[in-house]
Amino acid sequence: MVLQEKNKDAVLSVRNVAKSFTMHLRDGLVLPVVENVAFDIFPGECVVLAGPSGVGKSSILRMVYGNYAVDRGSILVRPGAGEEPRDLASGDARLVLELRRGVIGYVSQFLRAVPRVAALDVVAEPLVTRGVDRAEARDRAAHLLHRLHLPEALFSLPPATFSGGEKQRVNIARGFITDHPILLLDEPTASLDAANRDVVIGMIREKLGSGVAILGIFHDQPVRDAVATRMIDISGFSARRAA
Amino acid sequence: MSDPILSVRDLERRYASFIGCTKVSFDVWPGEVVAIVGESGSGKTTLLNCISGRLERSSGSIRYRMRDNRFPDLAELSEAERRFLMRTDWGFVHQSPAEGLRMRVSAGANVGERLMAVGERHYGRIRETASEWLQRVEISPDRIDDQPVAFSGGMRQRLQIARNLVTHPRLIFMDEPTGGLDVSVQAKVLDLLRGLVTDMSLAVVIVTHDLAVARLLSQRIIVMKNGRIVETGLTDRVLDDPRHAYTQLLVASIPES
Amino acid sequence: MTLPAYNFAYLDEQTKRMIRRAILKAIAIPGYQVPFASREMPMPYGWGTGGVQVTASILGPDDVLKVIDQGADDTTNAVSIRAFFAKTAGVATTTRTAGATVIQTRHRIPETPLKAGQILVYQVPIPEPLRFLEPRETETRVMHGLEEYGLIQVKLYEDIARHGHIATTYAYPVKIEGRYVMDPSPIPKFDNPKMRNSPALQLFGAGREKRIYALPPFTEVVSLDFEDHPFSVQRFSQPCALCNATGVYLDEVVTDDRGGRMFVCSDTDHCETRQADGHRGPGLPQTQQEDAA
Repeated sequence: MVLQEKNKDAVLSVRNVAKSFTMHLRDGLVLPVVENVAFDIFPGECVVLAGPSGVGKSSILRMVYGNYAVDRGSILVRPGAGEEPRDLASGDARLVLELRRGVIGYVSQFLRAVPRVAALDVVAEPLVTRGVDRAEARDRAAHLLHRLHLPEALFSLPPATFSGGEKQRVNIARGFITDHPILLLDEPTASLDAANRDVVIGMIREKLGSGVAILGIFHDQPVRDAVATRMIDISGFSARRAA
Repeated sequence: MSDPILSVRDLERRYASFIGCTKVSFDVWPGEVVAIVGESGSGKTTLLNCISGRLERSSGSIRYRMRDNRFPDLAELSEAERRFLMRTDWGFVHQSPAEGLRMRVSAGANVGERLMAVGERHYGRIRETASEWLQRVEISPDRIDDQPVAFSGGMRQRLQIARNLVTHPRLIFMDEPTGGLDVSVQAKVLDLLRGLVTDMSLAVVIVTHDLAVARLLSQRIIVMKNGRIVETGLTDRVLDDPRHAYTQLLVASIPES
Repeated sequence: MTLPAYNFAYLDEQTKRMIRRAILKAIAIPGYQVPFASREMPMPYGWGTGGVQVTASILGPDDVLKVIDQGADDTTNAVSIRAFFAKTAGVATTTRTAGATVIQTRHRIPETPLKAGQILVYQVPIPEPLRFLEPRETETRVMHGLEEYGLIQVKLYEDIARHGHIATTYAYPVKIEGRYVMDPSPIPKFDNPKMRNSPALQLFGAGREKRIYALPPFTEVVSLDFEDHPFSVQRFSQPCALCNATGVYLDEVVTDDRGGRMFVCSDTDHCETRQADGHRGPGLPQTQQEDAA
C-alpha cells in the first residue's frame, strides 16, 4: 500500500502506528498487537477493518479514539475542512478530549451504563455537553430512539436493566445523535434483529451522505455489504505474525 | 478556556523524614474533573489537603486562577483572601458529612451560611435559594428546618454538596465523597455529582480509591503510589490501557461486573 | 503596726494600671475584646467580678457610684457591690441615675438618658458572641480578625426559621462602627438602641473570661438583622402599674398566689422618680383627689 506522506483531503491519516501491551503482572511479558499500521480515510467513505478476530481491529479503533495509547507512529485528525491536522497519538489528554468533543464519535460494542440516568438522557447527553438546550436534545434523542423501535416506556428508565439489544440501540442512538465528521463503529449491529439492523444501515448511509467518514468493524456480512465503501485487511499489520 | 485554573509544580509534603507526597506536578483546567487514585497511604489525601490550603506544603508551588485572572501562588494570598476563596470560589466535600456540615443547625441554614458569609441579608431570598438547592440535591424542601442529625447518610452527603455549591464556586475538592455510603446510595450521589459538575462546569479534584467512581466522574486521572505520581492521563485510557505496573495491579484488582 | 485593710477600691495599683491599659486599648478599638489578667475577687464568678474590676480601676475618690441589677438598686447583687465600694473606696453612692458618675450594671441600661462624663460599666458573663455557634476560641478570634460574620447571621436565621421572627430578646448581637460584632451582655434588646451614639463611656468587663471591651462616647452601634426581618424592640401594651410610664422596659411581678400580676418599671430609680413627681399608675390605690376628679 503506497501512501503519500500527508494526504490533503483525508480527515484521518494513520501513519506507522505500532501497539503492544506490556504485562507487568506477568513479569513484563510483551504482547505485540499491530505494527506499521497506515491508512487514510476520506469524507463520505465507510472503511471497514477486516481480518480474523484477535488480529487487532478493535485495538486500532481504540487507538484512533485515544482509548489506547500507541507505542509509536501518528494519528492525524483533521478537525474541519481546511484546518491543520492534529496528532492524536502524541497529543495530551486535553487534545484527545477536544477531538472527541468535536470530531471523533465512537459507538462501542457495549453500552457502559451510567447508574440511574434515564435512557433518553443517556442519548441526549452528548448534545447537552455541546451546549444544545436540554429539551431540544431530548426531542432529538426521542426521535432517534423511536426510529430504532425502542419502546417509549423504556425512555425514562436507566438502561442498566435493558436486554442486550435494547442497550445496544441506546448506544447507537447516543453515538449517532451528534454530527461528528468522523465516526468509529465497533460492531454496532451485533445484537440487533433484522429490522433494526436495516434501520442502522439507513442511519449509516445518511451519515455517509452528509460527508461523515466512518471507520468500522462489522462481522455482520449483510451490513458490511450494505455500507462498506472500502475494506482494509488488518492481517497485514499484525505484529504477531512477525513475532 | 486555554488557561489552567489550578497549577501544581514540584509539590512536596514531608512529615519529619516521612514523605507524604513529592515531585507532584499537574494542572487542572476549568470545567474539568481530575481524579486522584491510589491505595490508602499513597499520599492522595495529603496532596488534596495541600492543594486545598488545609495543610501546609513543605515545598513547591500551587497557583490558582482568580476571577480577575490573576494567577497567584496560594502562599502569596493573605489568610483573609484564602479563607474568602474557600467559602466562595472553592468547595470541599468531605468523606464524612459531619466534618462539612453544622450538624445542629437546620438544613436551610447549612445551605444559606455561605450566602450570609458573602453579605446576603434577606431572609426570604436566602430561604428561597436554600429551598431550590435542597430540591436540586433531591432533598424535599419540607426538610429545610430539620437538622442534619435527623438525616440519613446519603441525605447528609447531598446536603453537604448543596452547601458547597450554593455560591457557584469554580473549583471543588472532594475526598472520597461516596466512601461512607451504601452502594445504592452511592449511585444516587454519584449521579447527582455528575449532573451538577456538567451543569455548572465545575473544575473538580476528587480523591478516591474507587476506580469506578473515577471512571464515572473524571476526564483525567492521576495514579499515586508512595507519595509519587506513577501514571497520569485520560481516565479511560489509563484504566483500559494501564502502562505502569502499579496501575495494572489496581485495574486487575477490580472484580468484573 | 497599722496597715490599711485595703488599698483604695480593693485592687492594688499595679493591677489597676494593667486593667486601665486594657480599657484604653478597648476604647481605641471599639467592640474588640481585649484580654486582661483578671484577678480573684472576694465574690464568686457570675456576681460581676469583671465589672467590679473595671469599676475599681476607674473609680476616683470624688466619684459617685450607682449599682443596678436588672434595673434595680435594691437587689442583693447591687446592694453588695455598692457596699463593697463604699467600704473599700469610701466613695459616695447613689441610686439616682442623673447623680452618678459611674454606674455599674447587670443586664440593663437606665431609662434616664446618660450624659457626657458618665461611665456605664457592664458585667459580662460571656463576651464572645460567636461562642455557641463556634466553640473553638482560636477560630472565633480569626473570624473576628477577618470579619467573617456569616455565622452570627446563621443564628438569627435559625431564630426566624424556628419562631417566625428573631426570637433573641437579650444579648442581642450588635456591630460596632461597621467592624466588630459584639455581645452587649445580657441586656434586653429593648436597651440596644440606647448604646448607639451615647454621650457616656461604656465599658464591658468579663471576669471569668478575662476580657474587656468598650464603646467610646458617640459610637455607631447597629443591631444585626435581615432586610425583611428588621431589628425591633419589645413593646408593652400597658404602662407601668406604679408610675404610668410608657416606652420603658417593664418587669412582670406576680402579686399573689391566685394569678394576680402587674407590670412595673424594671428601672426602680426611674419609677420612683416619676412617682415622686406625681405620676401614678393604675396599679396604685386611687387617691381621694382622683376619686373626686
